[in-house]
Amino acid sequence: MKKNTFEMSLKRLEVIVDEMENSQLDIDKAMKLFEEGISLVNQCSQKLDETKKKIEILVEKNGKFEKEKFTQKEGTDEEK
Amino acid sequence: MTDLFDFESSQQNDKVRKVYSVTEINNEIKIILEDSYGCIWLSGEVSGLKQYSSGHMYFTLKDENSQISAVMFSTYNQKLKFSLKDGMQVLVYGKITAYVNRGTYQIQVYHAEETGKGTLQEAFENLKNRLFKEGLFDVAFKKEIPYIVNKIGVVTSKDGAALHDILSVLNRRFSNVEVLIYPVRVQGEQAKFEISNAIKYLNENHKDLDVLLVGRGGGSLEDLWAFNEEIVARAIFASEIPVISCVGHEVDYTIADFVADLRAPTPSVAAEIVAKNRADIEEKLSLIKKQLVSNIKDSISFCEEKLKNFKNCRALSKPYEIYEEKIQYIDELREKLISRIKNNFSEKQKNFQLNIQKLDLLSPLKILNRGYSVCFKDGQVIKKVRQVCKNDIVDIKLSDGILKTKVENVEVL
Repeated sequence: MKKNTFEMSLKRLEVIVDEMENSQLDIDKAMKLFEEGISLVNQCSQKLDETKKKIEILVEKNGKFEKEKFTQKEGTDEEK
Repeated sequence: MTDLFDFESSQQNDKVRKVYSVTEINNEIKIILEDSYGCIWLSGEVSGLKQYSSGHMYFTLKDENSQISAVMFSTYNQKLKFSLKDGMQVLVYGKITAYVNRGTYQIQVYHAEETGKGTLQEAFENLKNRLFKEGLFDVAFKKEIPYIVNKIGVVTSKDGAALHDILSVLNRRFSNVEVLIYPVRVQGEQAKFEISNAIKYLNENHKDLDVLLVGRGGGSLEDLWAFNEEIVARAIFASEIPVISCVGHEVDYTIADFVADLRAPTPSVAAEIVAKNRADIEEKLSLIKKQLVSNIKDSISFCEEKLKNFKNCRALSKPYEIYEEKIQYIDELREKLISRIKNNFSEKQKNFQLNIQKLDLLSPLKILNRGYSVCFKDGQVIKKVRQVCKNDIVDIKLSDGILKTKVENVEVL
């Protein structure tokens, strides 16, 4: 799911909720909307959970940058 | 060469070797300094201004190439008609003094006048105007910060407060984000090159980053200067990855702030912006989920209610009632039908009798009874006299018999 489609999914979800709330739908239509809504919610949640927390720092080695795990120091030094 | 020569000759001759103590030389310098200059007028830019609780002010006066420490004791600075600020171009009157304890010299300021904006300030304004005219600050060029930020590039000092603040916020928010730090110096001559290179490097090698946080913690105008450099501004402008600037003090705007796609007043706020969106969306999603479930429950219970009503309606609960009604109705119909048929029949009978009477009246026998007769010739009824000739035999039928007659004469009337 791309970033744009994520936003579109959210917008679609709002429409679905509105539609389910405002009109007296027949149950078949309501079930269809519900199904679509829940699947969109799951897709979006999945997108949010896609990344796990990770902090890395680029370190120059032999003229090339490499990623290394970054561990935070206690307290802060002055700007250097 | 002369100095070296003197040094060599003094090595050889102990009598020429004059040894000073640190205090002595500092004292001598103090006397020379204070005697040769006395009170002077000095023009420069205020920088690194600090006012201690004693009320005394300490700052640096500088121009493009050099700087000198300055102190303005509270007795004097209380008389100032304006407040001294970093970056301010001033003309001061004061005495050059040496501070023997530390072997430093400074100007003790008795009086100061504001002479205009400082050169750094001027450079800032000039660059700002130039880049503005060129369109680097145009809203049209501002890239949107992605709705969901998964990967953040951070360009700042490895040991600075900015990085610490950013990571603290992200930690507090429990955000599942990836952070890639490109450590740079954020002040000093090299800072502008390192910052702009970092932005370029991340754009070229880490296109998957959703946003770049570029900044540092607070500091004096000079400390923040790298973020006012054109090369940094251009690197931010060229960045394909959206850039959030987050430079130190909330109030000061840097050129980087104007060019960036979004300006955060501090590094912490930048991290908040990035993380908050995520948190908001997570909240929103769970709300939507709840709404969906409650909506479908409502729909279902609405249907259940309808179904219950149907179940309770008489047609389904007491169907025989309808049947009973129908039986009654059928009975009614049958009665009606029978009576209609009866009526119909008696009417027909009446008509029939009437017709019989009419027929009876019209019967030819009845007419013969009244004295009329009918003539036949060869079995045919004679209606005209021309049908018979003289001497023809004609049968005359009366009510009680037939007269066989011979025609004597035919007269036409």
